[in-house]
Amino acid sequence: MADLWLQFILTIDATLRVATPLILCAMAGIFSERSGIIDISLEGKMLMSAFAAGAVAAVSGSPWLGLGAAILVSLSASLLHGFACITHRGNQVISGLAINILASGLTVTLGIAFFAQGGQTPLLSKGQRFTPMELPAADWLGQNIPILGQLYKEIISGHNILVWVSLLAVLVTYHIVFKTTFGLRLRAVGEKPEAVDSAGISVTMMRYQAVLIAGILCGIAGAYLSIATGAGFVREMTAGKGYIALAAMIFGKWKPWPALLACLMFGFLEALAARVQGVSLPVVGELSTDLILAAPYVMTVILLAGFIGRADPPKAIGEPYIKER
Amino acid sequence: MSSKTEKNGDTKSPFAIALKAINKQFGPVRANQDIDLNVRAGTVHGIIGENGAGKSTLVSILYGFYTADSGTISVNGTPLNIKGSADAIAHGIGMVHQHFMLVPIFTVLENIILGHEGQKGLQAGMEDGRAELERLSNQYGLDVPLDAVVSELPVGIQQRVEILKALYRGAKILILDEPTGVLTPQETDQLFEILKTLRQQGVTILLITHKLREIMAITDYVSVMRGGKMVAHLDTGDTDPTKLAELMVGRPVLLEADYPDANIKDVQLDVKHLSYQDSAGAPVISDISFALHAGEILGIAGVSGNGQSELLEILAGILQPTDGDIHIAGKHITAEQPLGPAEVKALGVAHVPEDRHAVGMVLPFSAAETSVLGYETNEALGDSWFFSPSRLKTHCAKLMQAFDVRPANPSLKSSQFSGGNQQKIVLAREISSDPKILLVGQPTRGVDIGAIEFIHKELIALRDRGCAILLVSVELDEILSLSDRIMVMNNGQHMGVVSRDEADPQKLGLLMAGITDGAAAS
Repeated sequence: MADLWLQFILTIDATLRVATPLILCAMAGIFSERSGIIDISLEGKMLMSAFAAGAVAAVSGSPWLGLGAAILVSLSASLLHGFACITHRGNQVISGLAINILASGLTVTLGIAFFAQGGQTPLLSKGQRFTPMELPAADWLGQNIPILGQLYKEIISGHNILVWVSLLAVLVTYHIVFKTTFGLRLRAVGEKPEAVDSAGISVTMMRYQAVLIAGILCGIAGAYLSIATGAGFVREMTAGKGYIALAAMIFGKWKPWPALLACLMFGFLEALAARVQGVSLPVVGELSTDLILAAPYVMTVILLAGFIGRADPPKAIGEPYIKER
Repeated sequence: MSSKTEKNGDTKSPFAIALKAINKQFGPVRANQDIDLNVRAGTVHGIIGENGAGKSTLVSILYGFYTADSGTISVNGTPLNIKGSADAIAHGIGMVHQHFMLVPIFTVLENIILGHEGQKGLQAGMEDGRAELERLSNQYGLDVPLDAVVSELPVGIQQRVEILKALYRGAKILILDEPTGVLTPQETDQLFEILKTLRQQGVTILLITHKLREIMAITDYVSVMRGGKMVAHLDTGDTDPTKLAELMVGRPVLLEADYPDANIKDVQLDVKHLSYQDSAGAPVISDISFALHAGEILGIAGVSGNGQSELLEILAGILQPTDGDIHIAGKHITAEQPLGPAEVKALGVAHVPEDRHAVGMVLPFSAAETSVLGYETNEALGDSWFFSPSRLKTHCAKLMQAFDVRPANPSLKSSQFSGGNQQKIVLAREISSDPKILLVGQPTRGVDIGAIEFIHKELIALRDRGCAILLVSVELDEILSLSDRIMVMNNGQHMGVVSRDEADPQKLGLLMAGITDGAAAS
C-alpha cells in the first residue's frame, strides 16, 4: 500500500514535469488565438527554441543565455507568422504549417552543421542546465512526516525553475486576459475586430503583440525541453507536444485555468504511460510499449472528438482583418 | 440644384463638417467623385441615395475607416487629416454603423469603454465609465442596462448602446449609417425621438439612408447622392419624396403603385402546427398554421430574425421541420417524412431565396449558368447527361429580355451584375418555371428603386396568372404595397393575419413587436 502511494505521488510529480511545456504552449495559444490568429506553429516555435537553447547553452555554458536565445528565436518565428498572417493576410494554418516544417528541417541541418553529432547539440553538464531545486528540509520532512512530508519532498520540491514559471504563466495569463485593459482589447479583437478598429485601436498592433507574447512563452517551453528536463537538443524532441498543447487549449475552451487542467490531464496520461511500462498489471498483464506510448495521443483524439462539448472559439479566429474592400 | 439659404441650426459658427472635393476609388470603381458637403452644427442632415451611390464610403472616410484619395475635411472650421477612427473620435466624430460594432459576448459597459478604459486600470476604468454613463443616460434619455450581455439585447437597445458609446467618446457629431434597417416602426419612432433630444442638446447628426420617409420625418437638410456623385443639397422643408426619388434614380419614378385586388382561388399551400427547433434545440418557429391560396400574395411581416427565414427554407425543403404538417398542392408532408428541395420543386414550388449571393446564385458562374441553377435537367437545354451551351445562352438571353436585365449579356459573370439585375436573373429563372407556388424572400433587398418597381409589377402579374405567392420581407412598405393578406411573425410565433384594407404600419408594428390586442389579432 505504501508502495502504491509512493508510485502515485511519483506519477503526479512526473505529471507536472511532463505538463510544463504543454502549459506554456497552451498559454501561448490562448494569447494568439484570443487575438484571432490561429497558431499551429506552437510546435515549430518550441522545436526551434529548444535547438537554440541547447546550442547556446552548450557554447556559452549559461542556461540563462540559452533561455534568452530560445526566446529570441521563437520571437522571430512569431514575427514571421505575424508578417504572413497579419500584415499580408495570409492563411494562418498554412503559415503555421510552414514554420513547423521549417523548424523540423532547419534544426537538424544546423545541428549537423554546427556540432556534427547527427543533429543533436552537445550533452550539457549540470551547470549548463536548469537543474532541480531542492527546497529546504525536503529530505528530512520526506522521511519524518508521513503524508504531507512526502508530498512536499516529491511533488513540491525538486523541480527546476521553469516548472514554476509555467504555473506562474497561468496566473499571469488569467490576470492579463480577464483583468486588464490589454486583455479586454485582446478578447475584443478576436471576437469582433471591427469594433476594436472603430474604437480607434489598431487591430494590427493588438495582434502583433499577442503573437509576440505567444512567441516568448513558446521560447520558454522549448528551452525547458532541451536545457531543463533534457541535457541537450535531440532532433524532433517536441514530438507533437505543441499540437497536444493546442488540443489542451481547445479542450480548455481558450481559458487559462481549464487549459491548465487539460494540460495536467494530458501530462498525467503520459506520466502514467511511462510508469506502467514494463509493469505486469492485474488481468491485462504487461501492456505493449507502443500501446502505452500511443495512449496520450489516442486519448487526445477521443477527448477532442467526443467529450469537449461545444467549443466556442473566438468568432473572428482565422480571418484576416480587411478594412478596405 | 442650388442650395437654399439656411433657416435652421447654427448659422454663425463654421460648418460642423465641411467636405471639399473628396475622391475615393476602389479598383475601377469611383465610389466618390468630387464630393462637397456642408453640415450645419446642431442640425439633422440627411444623405440619401440608392445602394452603391457612395454614401457609406463617404461617411467611412469622414470616420477614418477609409482614407480619401484626395480632398479636404474640415470639422468646425479646422482642416483635419483623419488617418484613422482614433483621429475622428478625438475630433468629436462618432459613428453608429449599419452593422453594429459591438462585441457580442461583452457586456454593455465593456463594449462602451473598449478603447477608452482610462489610465487607472480596467477595474477603476469600468467604475468611472459606469458613473459617466449614468450621467449621459440621464442627460440624453438613453436607458440602457449596463451589465447585460450585448448579444442578449434586442437590436433596438443594441443601437442605443452604439449611440451611447459614441457620446461617451465625446461625440458632438454623430453619423448614423442606415440606422432603421433592423428596427420595427415603433423602434424607429423611438430612435427619432432620441435623435431629436440629441439635436436639442446641440449634437449634429448626419443620417445616411435610402428611405425617403425617414428623410422627410427627421432631417433639416438633405443631400442626394447618385452614382458616386453629389447631385443636390436641399432644405428638407422645400422638397418632397417624389422629387427626391427622381434625384436619386435620375428619372421619374412611380413611388406608390395601387395594384388591383386579387382574385383568390383554392388553397395551394396549407401549413398546420408547424414547429422548428435549431440544432441547439432552441425553438425558432412555434406552432404556425396558415393557408396560401392561388391568386394571392400573402405577406409575412416581421423584424429580421423572427423565424421568417426559417419558415421560407422549410417550405422550400431546405430545412426539415421538427413538427407539423404541410400540404403542398395536395401532397401531404410531415416532419417524419420531409421532402428535399428537388422534390418540393417537382410539386411546382419555386423559391427566390432571401440571400441571393449565398443561396440564389453562384457568383463566379456566368449569368447563363445561374439562370438555370436547379433547372439544369430541363429537357429544353439538352438531354440528361449533356446540356448545350448555345441553347443555355439562348434561354438566358430570352429571360434577360423579358426581365430587362442589363447588360443583357449571358456570358458575363453573375457577380458583375448590380444587385437589382442579379435579383432579376434569379426571379426570371424561378418565374419562368411557371410555378404553382412562389416562395420569395426579400425580393428587393439591395435593389435600386427603378428595379423595385419592375420586380413588384412582375410579382403582381404572376399573382394575376393564378400563382400563390408567399412574400417574406423586412421592408414594411413592400409588404403593405404587394400583399393581399399580411401575417406577422414575432419570435417564431404567428401574431395574427391582417387583411390589406385593415393594415397600417402602426398596427403591424405592434404585432411585430409581439404586442397583440383584440382588434389586431385574428
